[in-house]
Amino acid sequence: MFVSSGSELIDICSKESIPIWEYSIRKEMEKSELSREDILVRMKKNLNTMLNSSSYAQDKEVKSVSGLIGGDACMLRKYADRGNTLTGDFMVKAMARAMSSSEVNAAMGKIVACPTAGSCGILPAVIISAAEKLNKTEEDMVNCLFTASGVGIIIAKHATMAGAEGGCQAECGSAAAMGSAAVVEMMGGTPEQALDAAAIVIKNILGLVCDPVAGLVEVPCAKRNIAGTVSALTTADVVMAGVKSKIPFDEVIWAMNKVGKQMAPELRETAQGGIAITPTAKKLKKEIFDKKTSL
Amino acid sequence: MRDYGTFDIIGPIMIGPSSSHTAGAARLAKVAGIVAGGKIKKVEFLLHGSFARTYKGHGTDKALVAGILNMDPWDENLKKSFNIAVKEGLKFKFTETDLGNVHPNTVKFIITKEDGNITEVTGSSIGGGNILIFNIDGQNVEFTGEYPTILTRHKDLPGVVSKISSILFEENINIANMRVYRNERGKMATMALETDNLISENIMNKIKKIKEIESVKIINPIKEGIQ
Repeated sequence: MFVSSGSELIDICSKESIPIWEYSIRKEMEKSELSREDILVRMKKNLNTMLNSSSYAQDKEVKSVSGLIGGDACMLRKYADRGNTLTGDFMVKAMARAMSSSEVNAAMGKIVACPTAGSCGILPAVIISAAEKLNKTEEDMVNCLFTASGVGIIIAKHATMAGAEGGCQAECGSAAAMGSAAVVEMMGGTPEQALDAAAIVIKNILGLVCDPVAGLVEVPCAKRNIAGTVSALTTADVVMAGVKSKIPFDEVIWAMNKVGKQMAPELRETAQGGIAITPTAKKLKKEIFDKKTSL
Repeated sequence: MRDYGTFDIIGPIMIGPSSSHTAGAARLAKVAGIVAGGKIKKVEFLLHGSFARTYKGHGTDKALVAGILNMDPWDENLKKSFNIAVKEGLKFKFTETDLGNVHPNTVKFIITKEDGNITEVTGSSIGGGNILIFNIDGQNVEFTGEYPTILTRHKDLPGVVSKISSILFEENINIANMRVYRNERGKMATMALETDNLISENIMNKIKKIKEIESVKIINPIKEGIQ
């Protein structure tokens, strides 16, 4: 069985002198009784779907089924191409990728739930952007996805990844934490540093509620995928600079789980609180459902 | 503590926007179609709770029709399912309703086949794309479709269950869960049998030959990389 805590994960990786991704692959082989090659092929398929979803809506404007979102990935891409960005091409392109997968998802396109459909923009944007910048290979990206899954497994064991149970911190927060840890390993960081990155990301998103307008995975979800992506990438730099998390990963996950349980049901994907009940959100909801016969 | 696998976290590959309202709906409908068996002419979808309130925005309607057309939750034609249904002569209708004290994402399928037979299947999308079928033709029955599942309709007589399990033993199939349901002693019973191994057509045919068996359905898991 996969170890049940971050501290055990760090111990076992250091004892065997392996990164988190290698441990994740070995455990998956054990659990599924499949060969390493079969497992890598399956993950490569996930990566290919991510490459498509994160680029598709940058080139071609897509509209969501409700008509609420669409076209922003294109806009971000064009802005990056004009070259006058504040945070640099790298960051704006990463944001465009995150928005692309989110828009593809809302338009009934093909995505990888990682860990959920609502947070499907973060991991692809983080890993693909970092790999492009650092001239990494496809194999490196696949390995990254195993680092991410390893971190995700531990979060899932102790907390939740469902917005309906733990709020957005559990969905986009987990996705960003997994992505940041993965990039740290890609950059040559240790398993300990990877989990520090995951811990810092979650601390910075702790308490974020899940409040989808009209109950749809669109507003504010798509832009929260951008925020998660930026947090994952910047935190990787923070950690690679040598900064550590004062609170260990395991305790941060414990806190996240507790905060999720303390959240009122109105703030857990029921569309009865937060942004979802602002006057504009209510107006949008009415517009969507009034025209539903034409959808 | 559940033992998660890598692909529970990174995956599944699916058509958006929602694992419960889109992928789960497609999976429910595909299983309902298999339970009905044969060519389907018409389906009425009775939508309950959150399914009834948000089905258009989540594409639940398109996913349900896609599932009836035997599409998988990751099929890119899913969003075009209405057009495909029209081409294939499948009629469908959505009715918002209250199915009582059930999970908020519940749908009842009323499936009319080409031969005029009607099958009713009720199930819920319970999160993360996972499903639970809990009623077939008025008979309570529970299975998730996560394991290969054998669904039998048979005479409620001593020895039938053992005949079925003997065939599985001969074929080296391990039974994970097994439940028998009946409304009345000595009449017809339904059995849902979940196994650790995929069930071949050959095994299904062997079970069909048991004289007390009225029908056998095989539902292999709808997961990418399995079929």
